[in-house]
Amino acid sequence: MAKMTVITERCKGCGLCTAACPKKIVSLQKEKRNKKGYFYAECTDQSACIGCAMCAMMCPDCAITVEK
Amino acid sequence: MERNLMKGNEALAEAAIRAGCKCFFGYPITPQTELAAYMAKRMHKAGGVFLQAESEIAAINMVLGAASTGVRAMTSSSSPGVSLKSEGVSYIAGSDLPAVIINVERGGPGLGGIQPSQADYWQATKALGHGDFQLLVYAPASVQEMVDYVVKAFDRADKYRMPAMILADGLLGQMMEPVTFPEINPNAYDKSGWAANGHKNAREHHIINSLYLKPEELEKSITDRFKKYDIIKETETEAELYLTEDCDILVCAFGATARVVKSAVNDARAQGIKAGLFRPKTLWPFPVKEINEAAKNAKALLSVEMSMGQMVDDIKLAINCSKPVHFFGRTGGVIPTPAEVLDEIKKIGGNL
Amino acid sequence: MAVVFERPKSLIDIPTHYCPGCTHGIVHRILCEVIDEMGIEGDTIGVCPVGCSVMAYDYFNCDMIEAAHGRAPAVATGVKRTNPDKYVFTYQGDGDLAAIGTAETVHVATRGENIVVIFINNTIYGMTGGQMAPTTIPGQVTQTTPFGRDPQLAGFPVRVCEMLSTLTGTALAQRVAVDSVPHIREAKKAIRKAFENQKAGRGFSIVEVLSTCPTNWGLAPLDAIKRLQDEMIPYYPLGVYKDVTEGVFENVQGGNE
Repeated sequence: MAKMTVITERCKGCGLCTAACPKKIVSLQKEKRNKKGYFYAECTDQSACIGCAMCAMMCPDCAITVEK
Repeated sequence: MERNLMKGNEALAEAAIRAGCKCFFGYPITPQTELAAYMAKRMHKAGGVFLQAESEIAAINMVLGAASTGVRAMTSSSSPGVSLKSEGVSYIAGSDLPAVIINVERGGPGLGGIQPSQADYWQATKALGHGDFQLLVYAPASVQEMVDYVVKAFDRADKYRMPAMILADGLLGQMMEPVTFPEINPNAYDKSGWAANGHKNAREHHIINSLYLKPEELEKSITDRFKKYDIIKETETEAELYLTEDCDILVCAFGATARVVKSAVNDARAQGIKAGLFRPKTLWPFPVKEINEAAKNAKALLSVEMSMGQMVDDIKLAINCSKPVHFFGRTGGVIPTPAEVLDEIKKIGGNL
Repeated sequence: MAVVFERPKSLIDIPTHYCPGCTHGIVHRILCEVIDEMGIEGDTIGVCPVGCSVMAYDYFNCDMIEAAHGRAPAVATGVKRTNPDKYVFTYQGDGDLAAIGTAETVHVATRGENIVVIFINNTIYGMTGGQMAPTTIPGQVTQTTPFGRDPQLAGFPVRVCEMLSTLTGTALAQRVAVDSVPHIREAKKAIRKAFENQKAGRGFSIVEVLSTCPTNWGLAPLDAIKRLQDEMIPYYPLGVYKDVTEGVFENVQGGNE
């Protein structure tokens, strides 16, 4: 049981996390934007998260917290 | 009190150490090199840091680093080297840091020469770096004054959090005179409110910085600094007035040149010409009140400088061009003689 | 559930001004992780450069000084010499460190100044809008090399770690990258080693970090990562160029001329 949380207002939508996730469960929003106008990242299948934190390690904006 | 026969450059160094200077960063250049050599010998014994930098630019930035942590720091050079330091001086001023810079002037422009000069007056008082700022500029005229003003420069730099300069020349740097070192108990200024020396998890982090991207914020930082400059202009001017009370001709000179002028003024008096000497000891702030006091009865003024005429502009401004201001100078490392100055005084006297 | 990954404490909790996908943020974070893990924030003084990371003083929670362009090593020298018990680092880009500040860089290394230099090499001037850097690769298009860097006209790039590894005063010269999680882990280890060197008084340590500049490269962030991997790493091989605690030149990958 693990959980990744995106602080959506800190996300700049660069997508580096999406490529880092070994489970391919992080992707960028296609419709919703944050207040700055970025399509932010989100976890599409929380149940598949293994808490490896690779998404967070790639994030240049410290916009991801990971719990396990 | 013990009297020592010392070279000007060495006296500057010894006084700096006694004034609590904890580090010296410099680069060799004639005619100030004895200062660095003295520091290299003495500084470690005094528990401080001496470091020969790779360039004048590096040296002044090392001063910036040390000063940022609240340590008394200085550098010294001569004219071409001071030009290189101008970048760092601007950053020091913009970061509100105290530091002492010594310029033992030689002739310019370019590589110029290695003989005494005062042609960096404009640089020191008007434009030692880019941007709106000033530095305190002291102009000693004897080895003893070198000592006294180094002590004062460190104190005032700390007090006002700004760079202070000793503007000397090769003559003062190289000459030997007896000096006494007064008992110096440096004022301890509290730097804990701004120094970047590690917050020990006991306070907010400190940032030493001169960058303001919002024009209004940059403007405010500058106008705040200029309010400080206004106080300095009111309180920190110093000048020597010699035989000025009844003088017809007020001869103005600073530094080593003032000693030549004093002889010429005495010679003129001996010949019945009422000459007096005005010697600014602070070049910035320029002693405006003092020169107006000295010039109150004068019919004409004469500025004598080792340059093509730089301080003469400030004299005209200070007296608001209310009287004729003449100029006599030698430049390129040539020192004016008392006889030459006396001739100028007579020339002006004949036309009064 | 326990938190397994969060922002290091010495990295102030505010958004950065960096462009999306810019890897400055990753380097800031791993540097702060090292500071936190060593428990040295209160005894650390950082020096910022001029360049995109000019305002990094707003992000690091230790005391910070902003230096003139290229002068951070000199400023750091002044700090370290008067505060030898403190940890001092500079954070500099390629224009700052390898062009205008080359003299300061070489001499801080050869003096064996006991500081850490974090060197961000992204082969371009970011802040001024994408001009040729001393590290711009031959053929690379920038604002001032619109037809690609021609070594006949603009000379060759500077390989900083290789150059500094020849100096006796250098304790550590290591090139890392932040293009992938394994490389980020390596990069953090290198930064930790650099700070441990400072703790042990071993002298000058530089960690060169190959980084991206999606905006001025004109690439999407993930494409920029790919360029780093495909073009930069071959030209600037990763590895330890000098390490006084181990062998020298041991694990450097083959060069590519």
